Amino acid sequence: MNAENVNRILFQGGTVVDPQKASTRRADVLVVGGMIERVEARISAGDGTEVLDCRGKHIAPGFADMHCHLREPGREDEETIASGTAAALAGGFTRACPMPNTEPPIDTEAQVRFEIRRAAETGFARVHPVGCCTKGRQGKELAEIGSMVEAGAVAFSDDGSPVSDPQVMRRALEYCKAFDVPVISHCEVMELVEGVANEGRVSTKLGLKSGPDVAESAQAARDVLLAEFTRARLHLAHVSARATVDVIRWAKARGVQVTAETCPHYFTLTEEALGEFDANYKVNPPLRSEADRRAVIAGLADGTIDAIATDHAPHLKGEKEAEFDAAPPGIIGFETAFSLGYEQLVLGKVLSLADYIARLTVAPRRILNLPPAAVAVGSDAELVVLDLKADWAYSADRVLSLSRNSPFLGRTMRGRVAAALVGNKLFRL
Amino acid sequence: MKLRSRHLLGIEGLDRSEILTILDQARTFREVLDRTIPIVPALRGRTVVNLFYEASTRTATSFSLAASRLSCGCVNFSKATSSVSKGETLLDTARNIEAMGVDGIIIRHRSPGAPHFLSRHVKAFVVNAGDGAHEHPTQALLDAFTLRERLGSLEGKRVLIVGDIAHSRVARSNLLCFTKLGAKVAVCGPPTMIPPEVEEYGCEVFYRLDRILYEVDVVNMLRVQQERITSSSFPTVREYRAFYGLTVERLRKLAPEVVVTHPGPVNWGVEMDFDVADFSRALVLPQVTNGVAVRMAVLFLLAGGEQAG
Repeated sequence: MNAENVNRILFQGGTVVDPQKASTRRADVLVVGGMIERVEARISAGDGTEVLDCRGKHIAPGFADMHCHLREPGREDEETIASGTAAALAGGFTRACPMPNTEPPIDTEAQVRFEIRRAAETGFARVHPVGCCTKGRQGKELAEIGSMVEAGAVAFSDDGSPVSDPQVMRRALEYCKAFDVPVISHCEVMELVEGVANEGRVSTKLGLKSGPDVAESAQAARDVLLAEFTRARLHLAHVSARATVDVIRWAKARGVQVTAETCPHYFTLTEEALGEFDANYKVNPPLRSEADRRAVIAGLADGTIDAIATDHAPHLKGEKEAEFDAAPPGIIGFETAFSLGYEQLVLGKVLSLADYIARLTVAPRRILNLPPAAVAVGSDAELVVLDLKADWAYSADRVLSLSRNSPFLGRTMRGRVAAALVGNKLFRL
Repeated sequence: MKLRSRHLLGIEGLDRSEILTILDQARTFREVLDRTIPIVPALRGRTVVNLFYEASTRTATSFSLAASRLSCGCVNFSKATSSVSKGETLLDTARNIEAMGVDGIIIRHRSPGAPHFLSRHVKAFVVNAGDGAHEHPTQALLDAFTLRERLGSLEGKRVLIVGDIAHSRVARSNLLCFTKLGAKVAVCGPPTMIPPEVEEYGCEVFYRLDRILYEVDVVNMLRVQQERITSSSFPTVREYRAFYGLTVERLRKLAPEVVVTHPGPVNWGVEMDFDVADFSRALVLPQVTNGVAVRMAVLFLLAGGEQAG
């Protein structure tokens, strides 16, 4: 992925999206030295100004992915911070928050600093690590959360596994209040889960070992009640089930400080896709029923679900090319997220374009206390240029991730990220 | 007549006429088995491999015998003595075996869809000999064969499948097979052993055996897996037998023409009383014999052999 250094660049002729005000307007954007200098209806390019023709395109703040897996340290054969953040940027994500279930897990200040340093040395998108809630991600003793916050961690999670012990979860929620960071809960009652397929008509038909949706929603219910009791901030990861959406809606109505995310595959695919036993459809939580998919969309529509994250989870071909039970769960998602959401939510008339982009920008930044997303004079330049009319084919040769485990390979999608600007680095995509 | 698919992955992919093709072919081979020299040269020069990842002496032996009765070579690959214990993947193993030159792979695997996965990656034909809780098509075919032998046809017959429907590949394949042959199927077991939305198979669900047992023509008992006893699927063996077991007392109350099948091996004293074996309506052993004929038919049709009978 090649960056061009641009000192003065004019984004000319495009429509600027303001996801905070949920509005769009025709405007040119001039960026000088990595700062947005002017946003006006018509700006003429002076000498020495690079001009990017944005006619027919949209300009939006860079997206922030609050849930992904970059695999470094430990599984650099699957992904590295360099390759992962390149893929993120290609998908319009100028910020990425890697989950701490690496090998070893990110549970100390030194490891958080390692990730941030690797990102500074090799990365493309900006990286904000999520640290472990508990030491070694074992769910038993709290990790050094405060020290990790000081090193740059933005949230805490044992993602990949739940914090099963309610006392440990209670303590994590309480303790995080001191640092104003959320606990991100991977909701899963492990004892209810026999395998990574949704328990329902498809698992019955295919004889797959399965887990019921209540494995997610029961844990979500426990966690929102603990968040209410402790008056702490809770964020629920990768919401996939209708009952979980209902639990969050109920909790928000009670005033619980809970936020939630879902992923493009949960509003795009259902368990019906498992018919061929293709492990590229194996994700955790599993793809669920059409009713669940619709409930997730309804949750996005009414704001019950705040954010869209990718849960980008790279795995090698050799790992996924196996019998369904043996393959690891997870799919890559950076490079397809925007288009899938655009198709399902904007073209599907669930959200306006600006509301949709807010779920990729405003919501995750607010939840994680990152600088607000704006195309505004005086702010750091962190922009994406979107071509909403483009149809593009997602093929293996264009994947920037080191892994290719996507069920969407071969699919033609609508709406693509045409360029991204991070500071004074321009990436034409 | 040939089958549409190159593989036998499940009853799911077969239509009624294909099932009948296999059963008719099996009838020819069933007669072969009664000859003094029970062997035909139908697949001379061919070789199949038994790739069994789960222990199963019966099914593996039945396939081996079926192959040898067709003059087809058969090698047995067992997990315990292979590189699988050294971490070789299923795909590696299958490709290596295929590279040695075999026409067909008969696979049993604990993972649902393993035969389907294999069929996408090898040129040999693949026979599913049981994949996890998904399908066990040759068991369904031999059950159907055995029932047709006794009842003439399954059309309109009422079949009750009793036991751990959720974790049974036999239940799934039999539900599909019997339904395709026109039977009216019901399933019965404790709610902990009934999978969600099983009604989509077009079957009725009963939680209490005595409410349906005396209204059916065929009772298809399933084996209770030992691990279910420790996973809270039911409290005790004693209670399972009391509510779901085919006891001699229940058997005696069945109408005389009602028959009983079981895929074996039977947990005697759990799902069926020991003495049930003595009743001629229990078809457990004829099922085993017919299994060889049905598997001969499957291998013959998939390998595209020439002279039958």
